[in-house]
Amino acid sequence: MKNFLIEIGRYVKLMRLVFKRPEKQSIYFKQILIEIENLGLDSLGIVVLISVFMGAVLAIQMAFNLDTPLVPVYTIGYATRQSVVLEFSPTIISLILAGKVGSRISSEIGTMRVTEQIDALEIMGINSATYLIFPKIVACLFFNPILIMISILVANFGGWAAGSLTGMVPSAEFIYGVKAFFEGYDVFYSLVKTVVFAFLIVSISGYHGYYTKGGALEVGESSTKGVVHSSIAIIVFNLVLTNIMLS
Amino acid sequence: MIEAVNVTKCFGENKVLDQISVKFETGKCNLVIGQSGSGKTVLMKCLVGLFEIDKGKVMFDEKVLSRMSFEEMKLVRQDIGMLFQGGALFDSMPVEENVMFPLSMFTDQSLSERRDRANFCLSRVNLKDANKLYPSEISGGMKKRVAIARAIAMNPRYLFCDEPNSGLDPKTANVIDNLIKEITEEYDMTTVINTHDMNSVVEIGDNVFYIHNGKLWWQGDKESILNSDNKELNEFVFATELTKKIKSAL
Repeated sequence: MKNFLIEIGRYVKLMRLVFKRPEKQSIYFKQILIEIENLGLDSLGIVVLISVFMGAVLAIQMAFNLDTPLVPVYTIGYATRQSVVLEFSPTIISLILAGKVGSRISSEIGTMRVTEQIDALEIMGINSATYLIFPKIVACLFFNPILIMISILVANFGGWAAGSLTGMVPSAEFIYGVKAFFEGYDVFYSLVKTVVFAFLIVSISGYHGYYTKGGALEVGESSTKGVVHSSIAIIVFNLVLTNIMLS
Repeated sequence: MIEAVNVTKCFGENKVLDQISVKFETGKCNLVIGQSGSGKTVLMKCLVGLFEIDKGKVMFDEKVLSRMSFEEMKLVRQDIGMLFQGGALFDSMPVEENVMFPLSMFTDQSLSERRDRANFCLSRVNLKDANKLYPSEISGGMKKRVAIARAIAMNPRYLFCDEPNSGLDPKTANVIDNLIKEITEEYDMTTVINTHDMNSVVEIGDNVFYIHNGKLWWQGDKESILNSDNKELNEFVFATELTKKIKSAL
Protein backbone atom coordinates (compact mmCIF):
# COMPACT_ATOMS: atom_id res chain seq x y z
CA MET A 1 0.00 0.00 0.00
CA LYS A 2 2.85 2.35 0.93
CA ASN A 3 4.59 1.68 -2.39
CA PHE A 4 1.34 2.24 -4.27
CA LEU A 5 0.90 5.65 -2.62
CA ILE A 6 4.53 6.56 -3.38
CA GLU A 7 3.95 5.62 -7.04
CA ILE A 8 0.77 7.71 -7.18
CA GLY A 9 2.66 10.64 -5.65
CA ARG A 10 5.45 10.35 -8.20
CA TYR A 11 2.89 10.06 -11.01
CA VAL A 12 1.10 13.25 -9.89
CA LYS A 13 4.44 15.04 -9.56
CA LEU A 14 5.40 13.99 -13.09
CA MET A 15 2.04 15.14 -14.48
CA ARG A 16 2.59 18.55 -12.87
CA LEU A 17 5.91 18.76 -14.72
CA VAL A 18 4.34 17.55 -17.98
CA PHE A 19 1.80 20.36 -17.96
CA LYS A 20 4.31 23.15 -17.36
CA ARG A 21 4.58 25.82 -20.04
CA PRO A 22 6.49 24.48 -23.10
CA GLU A 23 9.78 26.21 -23.98
CA LYS A 24 8.96 26.89 -27.63
CA GLN A 25 5.47 26.25 -28.91
CA SER A 26 6.39 25.81 -32.58
CA ILE A 27 8.69 22.89 -31.70
CA TYR A 28 5.94 21.29 -29.62
CA PHE A 29 3.41 21.73 -32.44
CA LYS A 30 5.78 19.90 -34.78
CA GLN A 31 6.24 17.17 -32.16
CA ILE A 32 2.46 16.78 -31.81
CA LEU A 33 2.16 16.23 -35.57
CA ILE A 34 4.94 13.63 -35.45
CA GLU A 35 3.23 11.83 -32.56
CA ILE A 36 -0.14 11.89 -34.36
CA GLU A 37 1.56 10.00 -37.16
CA ASN A 38 3.49 7.63 -34.88
CA LEU A 39 0.80 6.89 -32.31
CA GLY A 40 -2.40 7.55 -34.26
CA LEU A 41 -2.06 6.97 -37.98
CA ASP A 42 0.21 3.98 -37.46
CA SER A 43 -2.55 2.36 -35.36
CA LEU A 44 -5.23 2.79 -38.00
CA GLY A 45 -4.58 -0.55 -39.71
CA ILE A 46 -4.84 -2.67 -36.58
CA VAL A 47 -7.90 -0.73 -35.37
CA VAL A 48 -9.72 -1.29 -38.68
CA LEU A 49 -8.78 -4.98 -38.81
CA ILE A 50 -9.87 -5.71 -35.24
CA SER A 51 -13.05 -3.64 -35.56
CA VAL A 52 -14.30 -5.31 -38.72
CA PHE A 53 -13.89 -8.80 -37.23
CA MET A 54 -15.25 -7.66 -33.85
CA GLY A 55 -18.42 -6.32 -35.52
CA ALA A 56 -18.80 -9.44 -37.65
CA VAL A 57 -18.50 -11.79 -34.67
CA LEU A 58 -20.90 -9.64 -32.62
CA ALA A 59 -23.54 -9.72 -35.35
CA ILE A 60 -23.27 -13.49 -35.78
CA GLN A 61 -23.48 -14.04 -32.01
CA MET A 62 -26.50 -11.73 -31.76
CA ALA A 63 -28.18 -13.58 -34.62
CA PHE A 64 -27.44 -16.92 -32.96
CA ASN A 65 -28.77 -15.83 -29.55
CA LEU A 66 -31.80 -13.86 -30.79
CA ASP A 67 -33.04 -16.56 -33.12
CA THR A 68 -36.65 -16.42 -31.91
CA PRO A 69 -39.83 -15.12 -33.52
CA LEU A 70 -40.48 -13.00 -30.38
CA VAL A 71 -37.61 -10.63 -31.19
CA PRO A 72 -37.65 -8.64 -34.44
CA VAL A 73 -34.70 -9.36 -36.75
CA TYR A 74 -33.60 -5.72 -36.86
CA THR A 75 -32.75 -6.07 -33.12
CA ILE A 76 -29.54 -7.79 -34.24
CA GLY A 77 -28.38 -4.60 -35.98
CA TYR A 78 -29.52 -2.47 -33.06
CA ALA A 79 -27.79 -4.64 -30.44
CA THR A 80 -24.62 -4.84 -32.50
CA ARG A 81 -24.50 -1.05 -32.82
CA GLN A 82 -25.17 -0.48 -29.14
CA SER A 83 -22.53 -3.01 -28.06
CA VAL A 84 -19.98 -1.47 -30.41
CA VAL A 85 -20.72 2.14 -29.46
CA LEU A 86 -21.05 1.68 -25.72
CA GLU A 87 -18.37 -0.86 -24.99
CA PHE A 88 -16.49 -2.69 -27.71
CA SER A 89 -15.00 0.22 -29.64
CA PRO A 90 -14.06 2.56 -26.78
CA THR A 91 -12.92 -0.10 -24.31
CA ILE A 92 -11.61 -3.02 -26.34
CA ILE A 93 -9.87 -0.81 -28.89
CA SER A 94 -8.39 1.28 -26.06
CA LEU A 95 -7.06 -1.92 -24.47
CA ILE A 96 -5.52 -2.87 -27.81
CA LEU A 97 -4.00 0.61 -28.05
CA ALA A 98 -2.70 0.29 -24.48
CA GLY A 99 -0.69 -2.68 -25.76
CA LYS A 100 0.47 -1.13 -29.01
CA VAL A 101 0.90 2.53 -28.14
CA GLY A 102 1.66 2.04 -24.42
CA SER A 103 4.54 -0.35 -24.98
CA ARG A 104 5.96 1.94 -27.65
CA ILE A 105 5.85 4.97 -25.35
CA SER A 106 7.34 3.17 -22.34
CA SER A 107 10.15 1.59 -24.30
CA GLU A 108 10.95 4.76 -26.26
CA ILE A 109 11.16 6.97 -23.18
CA GLY A 110 12.79 4.20 -21.11
CA THR A 111 15.53 3.76 -23.71
CA MET A 112 16.08 7.51 -23.75
CA ARG A 113 16.43 7.40 -19.97
CA VAL A 114 19.00 4.59 -19.84
CA THR A 115 21.06 6.07 -22.70
CA GLU A 116 21.17 9.46 -20.91
CA GLN A 117 19.21 11.22 -23.67
CA ILE A 118 16.78 12.53 -21.05
CA ASP A 119 19.71 13.83 -18.99
CA ALA A 120 20.98 15.54 -22.16
CA LEU A 121 17.61 17.28 -22.57
CA GLU A 122 17.64 18.39 -18.93
CA ILE A 123 21.19 19.73 -19.23
CA MET A 124 20.15 21.82 -22.21
CA GLY A 125 17.54 23.45 -19.97
CA ILE A 126 14.61 21.63 -21.53
CA ASN A 127 11.81 20.28 -19.35
CA SER A 128 12.17 16.68 -20.53
CA ALA A 129 8.84 15.57 -19.04
CA THR A 130 6.94 18.17 -21.06
CA TYR A 131 8.99 17.64 -24.19
CA LEU A 132 8.59 13.87 -24.22
CA ILE A 133 5.13 13.25 -22.78
CA PHE A 134 2.98 16.34 -23.48
CA PRO A 135 2.94 16.01 -27.32
CA LYS A 136 2.04 12.32 -26.98
CA ILE A 137 -0.86 13.13 -24.67
CA VAL A 138 -2.19 15.84 -26.99
CA ALA A 139 -1.77 13.59 -30.04
CA CYS A 140 -3.70 10.72 -28.43
CA LEU A 141 -6.39 12.96 -26.94
CA PHE A 142 -6.94 14.35 -30.43
CA PHE A 143 -6.57 11.22 -32.55
CA ASN A 144 -7.92 8.37 -30.41
CA PRO A 145 -11.52 9.66 -30.66
CA ILE A 146 -11.06 9.69 -34.45
CA LEU A 147 -9.80 6.10 -34.30
CA ILE A 148 -12.78 5.08 -32.17
CA MET A 149 -15.26 6.74 -34.53
CA ILE A 150 -13.65 4.87 -37.42
CA SER A 151 -13.79 1.69 -35.33
CA ILE A 152 -17.54 2.16 -34.70
CA LEU A 153 -18.23 2.65 -38.39
CA VAL A 154 -16.08 -0.27 -39.48
CA ALA A 155 -17.45 -2.62 -36.80
CA ASN A 156 -21.00 -1.90 -37.90
CA PHE A 157 -19.93 -2.51 -41.47
CA GLY A 158 -18.35 -5.80 -40.38
CA GLY A 159 -21.58 -6.80 -38.65
CA TRP A 160 -23.62 -5.93 -41.71
CA ALA A 161 -21.24 -7.82 -44.02
CA ALA A 162 -21.20 -10.92 -41.80
CA GLY A 163 -25.00 -10.94 -41.43
CA SER A 164 -25.56 -10.44 -45.14
CA LEU A 165 -22.90 -12.84 -46.39
CA THR A 166 -23.99 -15.66 -44.08
CA GLY A 167 -27.64 -14.95 -44.77
CA MET A 168 -28.37 -14.76 -41.03
CA VAL A 169 -29.61 -11.14 -41.14
CA PRO A 170 -31.12 -9.52 -44.23
CA SER A 171 -29.22 -6.40 -45.22
CA ALA A 172 -32.23 -4.04 -44.94
CA GLU A 173 -33.14 -5.36 -41.48
CA PHE A 174 -29.61 -4.91 -40.19
CA ILE A 175 -29.36 -1.36 -41.56
CA TYR A 176 -32.74 -0.49 -40.07
CA GLY A 177 -31.57 -1.86 -36.70
CA VAL A 178 -28.34 0.13 -36.82
CA LYS A 179 -30.32 3.32 -37.38
CA ALA A 180 -33.08 2.53 -34.84
CA PHE A 181 -33.44 4.39 -31.51
CA PHE A 182 -30.19 6.31 -32.02
CA GLU A 183 -29.15 8.46 -29.05
CA GLY A 184 -26.37 11.01 -29.54
CA TYR A 185 -25.53 10.71 -25.85
CA ASP A 186 -24.29 7.14 -26.43
CA VAL A 187 -21.64 8.44 -28.82
CA PHE A 188 -20.78 11.26 -26.40
CA TYR A 189 -20.37 8.68 -23.60
CA SER A 190 -18.16 6.60 -25.88
CA LEU A 191 -15.96 9.58 -26.75
CA VAL A 192 -15.62 10.69 -23.13
CA LYS A 193 -14.40 7.20 -22.24
CA THR A 194 -12.00 7.26 -25.19
CA VAL A 195 -10.47 10.57 -24.15
CA VAL A 196 -10.02 9.43 -20.54
CA PHE A 197 -8.52 6.12 -21.66
CA ALA A 198 -6.17 7.92 -24.07
CA PHE A 199 -4.87 10.07 -21.23
CA LEU A 200 -4.41 7.03 -18.99
CA ILE A 201 -2.53 5.07 -21.67
CA VAL A 202 -0.04 7.83 -22.46
CA SER A 203 0.48 9.17 -18.94
CA ILE A 204 0.92 5.77 -17.27
CA SER A 205 3.16 4.37 -20.01
CA GLY A 206 5.11 7.63 -20.08
CA TYR A 207 5.49 7.51 -16.30
CA HIS A 208 6.95 3.99 -16.37
CA GLY A 209 9.30 4.90 -19.20
CA TYR A 210 10.42 8.14 -17.57
CA TYR A 211 11.42 6.49 -14.31
CA THR A 212 13.23 3.53 -15.88
CA LYS A 213 16.51 2.70 -14.17
CA GLY A 214 19.15 0.28 -15.42
CA GLY A 215 19.49 -1.18 -18.90
CA ALA A 216 17.75 -3.17 -21.59
CA LEU A 217 16.12 -5.57 -19.12
CA GLU A 218 14.58 -2.72 -17.14
CA VAL A 219 13.32 -1.07 -20.34
CA GLY A 220 11.45 -4.31 -21.07
CA GLU A 221 10.07 -4.35 -17.53
CA SER A 222 8.91 -0.73 -17.86
CA SER A 223 7.23 -1.53 -21.12
CA THR A 224 5.36 -4.46 -19.56
CA LYS A 225 4.38 -2.40 -16.51
CA GLY A 226 3.18 0.43 -18.75
CA VAL A 227 0.86 -1.91 -20.66
CA VAL A 228 -0.40 -3.82 -17.59
CA HIS A 229 -1.00 -0.76 -15.42
CA SER A 230 -2.68 1.27 -18.14
CA SER A 231 -4.92 -1.73 -18.99
CA ILE A 232 -5.92 -2.06 -15.32
CA ALA A 233 -6.59 1.68 -15.13
CA ILE A 234 -8.78 1.46 -18.26
CA ILE A 235 -10.86 -1.34 -16.74
CA VAL A 236 -11.29 0.50 -13.44
CA PHE A 237 -12.13 3.84 -15.05
CA ASN A 238 -14.51 2.07 -17.43
CA LEU A 239 -16.58 1.01 -14.44
CA VAL A 240 -16.34 4.43 -12.79
CA LEU A 241 -17.32 6.35 -15.94
CA THR A 242 -20.12 3.93 -16.78
CA ASN A 243 -21.49 4.33 -13.29
CA ILE A 244 -21.29 8.12 -13.47
CA MET A 245 -22.62 8.57 -17.00
CA LEU A 246 -25.16 5.79 -17.44
CA SER A 247 -26.60 5.15 -14.01
CA MET B 1 34.13 29.55 -12.10
CA ILE B 2 32.35 26.55 -10.63
CA GLU B 3 32.77 25.79 -6.97
CA ALA B 4 31.66 22.80 -4.93
CA VAL B 5 31.66 23.24 -1.15
CA ASN B 6 31.51 20.20 1.13
CA VAL B 7 29.40 18.25 -1.37
CA THR B 8 28.11 15.01 0.11
CA LYS B 9 25.96 12.49 -1.72
CA CYS B 10 24.62 9.17 -0.46
CA PHE B 11 22.65 6.44 -2.17
CA GLY B 12 20.88 4.77 0.73
CA GLU B 13 23.56 3.77 3.21
CA ASN B 14 26.32 4.14 0.64
CA LYS B 15 28.19 7.47 0.89
CA VAL B 16 29.47 8.07 -2.65
CA LEU B 17 30.78 11.62 -2.18
CA ASP B 18 32.16 12.72 1.17
CA GLN B 19 32.51 16.47 1.75
CA ILE B 20 34.17 17.32 -1.53
CA SER B 21 35.30 20.93 -1.95
CA VAL B 22 36.78 21.97 -5.29
CA LYS B 23 37.13 25.06 -7.46
CA PHE B 24 37.08 24.69 -11.24
CA GLU B 25 38.76 27.65 -12.93
CA THR B 26 37.54 29.44 -16.03
CA GLY B 27 39.50 29.05 -19.27
CA LYS B 28 41.19 25.90 -18.03
CA CYS B 29 40.69 22.18 -18.41
CA ASN B 30 39.83 20.88 -14.95
CA LEU B 31 40.29 17.12 -14.87
CA VAL B 32 38.66 14.91 -12.27
CA ILE B 33 40.44 11.59 -12.17
CA GLY B 34 39.95 8.42 -10.18
CA GLN B 35 39.26 4.73 -10.49
CA SER B 36 36.02 3.41 -11.89
CA GLY B 37 33.39 3.67 -9.16
CA SER B 38 35.27 6.36 -7.26
CA GLY B 39 32.39 8.84 -7.65
CA LYS B 40 33.51 10.98 -10.60
CA THR B 41 30.29 10.69 -12.58
CA VAL B 42 28.18 11.22 -9.45
CA LEU B 43 30.19 14.37 -8.70
CA MET B 44 29.62 15.65 -12.23
CA LYS B 45 25.88 14.92 -12.07
CA CYS B 46 25.73 16.70 -8.71
CA LEU B 47 27.55 19.70 -10.22
CA VAL B 48 25.04 20.04 -13.06
CA GLY B 49 22.04 19.34 -10.83
CA LEU B 50 21.04 15.97 -12.27
CA PHE B 51 21.50 14.52 -8.76
CA GLU B 52 20.37 16.37 -5.66
CA ILE B 53 23.16 16.72 -3.14
CA ASP B 54 22.57 15.72 0.49
CA LYS B 55 24.91 18.31 2.03
CA GLY B 56 27.02 21.23 0.82
CA LYS B 57 26.46 23.52 -2.14
CA VAL B 58 27.43 23.99 -5.77
CA MET B 59 27.99 27.49 -7.14
CA PHE B 60 28.11 28.68 -10.72
CA ASP B 61 29.84 32.08 -10.64
CA GLU B 62 28.60 32.76 -7.08
CA LYS B 63 25.04 31.55 -7.81
CA VAL B 64 24.05 28.61 -5.62
CA LEU B 65 22.54 25.85 -7.76
CA SER B 66 20.56 24.13 -5.00
CA ARG B 67 18.73 27.37 -4.09
CA MET B 68 17.56 27.99 -7.64
CA SER B 69 13.95 27.53 -8.70
CA PHE B 70 13.03 25.21 -11.56
CA GLU B 71 12.95 28.14 -14.00
CA GLU B 72 16.25 29.64 -12.75
CA MET B 73 17.90 26.24 -13.08
CA LYS B 74 16.65 26.00 -16.66
CA LEU B 75 18.29 29.33 -17.46
CA VAL B 76 21.64 28.29 -15.97
CA ARG B 77 21.49 25.03 -17.86
CA GLN B 78 21.23 26.89 -21.14
CA ASP B 79 24.81 28.01 -20.40
CA ILE B 80 25.94 24.42 -19.86
CA GLY B 81 27.19 22.04 -22.51
CA MET B 82 27.66 18.43 -21.54
CA LEU B 83 29.30 15.52 -23.26
CA PHE B 84 27.97 12.26 -21.88
CA GLN B 85 29.93 9.03 -21.68
CA GLY B 86 27.88 7.38 -24.43
CA GLY B 87 27.30 10.60 -26.38
CA ALA B 88 23.55 10.66 -25.54
CA LEU B 89 22.70 11.72 -29.08
CA PHE B 90 19.02 11.68 -29.96
CA ASP B 91 18.45 8.46 -31.93
CA SER B 92 15.52 9.84 -33.86
CA MET B 93 17.46 12.73 -35.38
CA PRO B 94 20.30 12.83 -37.90
CA VAL B 95 23.63 14.38 -36.89
CA GLU B 96 22.82 17.86 -38.17
CA GLU B 97 19.48 18.00 -36.34
CA ASN B 98 21.15 16.81 -33.15
CA VAL B 99 23.51 19.77 -33.29
CA MET B 100 20.77 22.20 -34.31
CA PHE B 101 18.39 20.98 -31.57
CA PRO B 102 19.38 23.40 -28.75
CA LEU B 103 19.41 26.27 -31.27
CA SER B 104 15.91 25.37 -32.44
CA MET B 105 14.74 25.23 -28.85
CA PHE B 106 16.25 28.41 -27.48
CA THR B 107 16.97 30.81 -30.32
CA ASP B 108 14.90 32.56 -32.96
CA GLN B 109 17.44 31.86 -35.68
CA SER B 110 16.18 30.92 -39.12
CA LEU B 111 16.73 27.40 -40.43
CA SER B 112 19.65 28.51 -42.62
CA GLU B 113 21.32 30.31 -39.68
CA ARG B 114 20.91 27.23 -37.49
CA ARG B 115 22.23 25.02 -40.26
CA ASP B 116 25.25 27.30 -40.72
CA ARG B 117 25.97 27.21 -36.99
CA ALA B 118 25.60 23.42 -36.90
CA ASN B 119 27.95 23.06 -39.86
CA PHE B 120 30.44 25.39 -38.21
CA CYS B 121 30.37 23.34 -34.99
CA LEU B 122 30.68 20.10 -36.92
CA SER B 123 33.64 21.45 -38.90
CA ARG B 124 35.13 22.62 -35.58
CA VAL B 125 35.21 18.98 -34.47
CA ASN B 126 36.56 17.89 -37.86
CA LEU B 127 33.38 16.14 -38.90
CA LYS B 128 32.25 16.51 -42.48
CA ASP B 129 29.81 14.65 -44.73
CA ALA B 130 28.00 13.13 -41.77
CA ASN B 131 25.14 15.63 -41.49
CA LYS B 132 22.45 13.32 -42.77
CA LEU B 133 23.60 10.19 -40.95
CA TYR B 134 21.79 8.90 -37.87
CA PRO B 135 23.68 8.16 -34.62
CA SER B 136 23.29 4.43 -35.24
CA GLU B 137 25.18 4.84 -38.53
CA ILE B 138 28.33 6.50 -37.16
CA SER B 139 31.31 5.25 -35.12
CA GLY B 140 31.94 5.82 -31.41
CA GLY B 141 34.54 8.52 -32.10
CA MET B 142 32.20 10.32 -34.47
CA LYS B 143 29.42 10.16 -31.88
CA LYS B 144 31.68 11.85 -29.32
CA ARG B 145 32.55 14.56 -31.82
CA VAL B 146 28.91 15.16 -32.69
CA ALA B 147 28.16 15.33 -28.95
CA ILE B 148 30.90 17.96 -28.53
CA ALA B 149 29.52 19.89 -31.51
CA ARG B 150 26.07 19.82 -29.91
CA ALA B 151 27.52 20.83 -26.55
CA ILE B 152 29.23 23.91 -27.98
CA ALA B 153 26.41 24.92 -30.36
CA MET B 154 24.98 27.41 -27.87
CA ASN B 155 28.40 28.87 -26.93
CA PRO B 156 28.16 27.56 -23.36
CA ARG B 157 30.05 29.11 -20.47
CA TYR B 158 30.47 25.75 -18.77
CA LEU B 159 31.46 22.49 -20.46
CA PHE B 160 31.23 19.11 -18.74
CA CYS B 161 32.72 16.02 -20.32
CA ASP B 162 32.18 12.60 -18.79
CA GLU B 163 34.98 10.31 -19.95
CA PRO B 164 35.23 11.91 -23.39
CA ASN B 165 37.69 9.39 -24.78
CA SER B 166 36.58 6.14 -23.20
CA GLY B 167 36.36 3.40 -25.80
CA LEU B 168 38.37 5.35 -28.35
CA ASP B 169 41.71 4.48 -29.90
CA PRO B 170 44.68 6.54 -28.59
CA LYS B 171 44.91 8.69 -31.73
CA THR B 172 41.23 9.64 -31.75
CA ALA B 173 41.32 10.13 -27.98
CA ASN B 174 44.18 12.58 -28.47
CA VAL B 175 42.24 14.48 -31.12
CA ILE B 176 39.24 14.75 -28.78
CA ASP B 177 41.43 15.92 -25.87
CA ASN B 178 43.11 18.62 -27.91
CA LEU B 179 39.80 19.70 -29.34
CA ILE B 180 38.35 20.19 -25.86
CA LYS B 181 41.45 22.10 -24.81
CA GLU B 182 41.25 24.35 -27.88
CA ILE B 183 37.58 25.24 -27.47
CA THR B 184 38.03 25.78 -23.73
CA GLU B 185 40.71 28.40 -24.36
CA GLU B 186 39.07 29.85 -27.45
CA TYR B 187 35.67 30.44 -25.79
CA ASP B 188 37.04 30.96 -22.25
CA MET B 189 34.84 28.23 -20.83
CA THR B 190 34.97 26.53 -17.47
CA THR B 191 35.58 22.94 -18.48
CA VAL B 192 35.29 19.94 -16.18
CA ILE B 193 36.41 16.59 -17.53
CA ASN B 194 36.03 13.19 -15.90
CA THR B 195 38.64 10.73 -17.01
CA HIS B 196 40.83 7.85 -15.96
CA ASP B 197 43.02 8.21 -18.99
CA MET B 198 46.54 9.31 -17.98
CA ASN B 199 47.29 10.50 -21.52
CA SER B 200 44.52 13.10 -21.13
CA VAL B 201 45.98 14.21 -17.82
CA VAL B 202 49.41 14.76 -19.33
CA GLU B 203 48.00 16.41 -22.48
CA ILE B 204 45.43 18.82 -21.11
CA GLY B 205 45.39 18.68 -17.30
CA ASP B 206 45.62 22.34 -16.27
CA ASN B 207 44.07 21.44 -12.93
CA VAL B 208 43.81 17.85 -11.78
CA PHE B 209 41.65 16.53 -8.94
CA TYR B 210 42.05 12.95 -7.75
CA ILE B 211 38.96 11.37 -6.18
CA HIS B 212 39.47 8.28 -4.06
CA ASN B 213 36.68 6.50 -2.15
CA GLY B 214 34.40 9.49 -2.60
CA LYS B 215 36.91 11.97 -1.14
CA LEU B 216 39.12 14.58 -2.75
CA TRP B 217 42.47 12.90 -2.19
CA TRP B 218 44.85 15.15 -4.09
CA GLN B 219 44.86 18.18 -6.34
CA GLY B 220 47.51 19.75 -8.56
CA ASP B 221 48.38 19.95 -12.23
CA LYS B 222 49.85 17.79 -15.01
CA GLU B 223 53.41 18.58 -13.90
CA SER B 224 53.04 17.95 -10.18
CA ILE B 225 51.05 14.73 -10.61
CA LEU B 226 54.13 12.92 -11.93
CA ASN B 227 56.21 13.90 -8.89
CA SER B 228 53.66 13.47 -6.15
CA ASP B 229 54.46 11.30 -3.15
CA ASN B 230 50.80 10.52 -2.50
CA LYS B 231 50.68 6.71 -2.26
CA GLU B 232 47.12 6.14 -3.53
CA LEU B 233 47.61 8.64 -6.35
CA ASN B 234 50.83 6.95 -7.45
CA GLU B 235 49.14 3.55 -7.41
CA PHE B 236 46.50 4.97 -9.72
CA VAL B 237 48.78 6.98 -12.01
CA PHE B 238 51.49 4.37 -12.35
CA ALA B 239 49.25 1.32 -12.46
CA THR B 240 50.41 -0.03 -15.84
CA GLU B 241 53.78 -1.36 -16.93
CA LEU B 242 54.05 1.44 -19.48
CA THR B 243 53.57 4.22 -16.94
CA LYS B 244 55.95 2.48 -14.51
CA LYS B 245 58.63 2.44 -17.21
CA ILE B 246 57.97 6.09 -17.98
CA LYS B 247 58.31 6.97 -14.31
CA SER B 248 61.63 5.14 -14.00
CA ALA B 249 62.87 6.97 -17.10
CA LEU B 250 61.93 10.37 -15.65
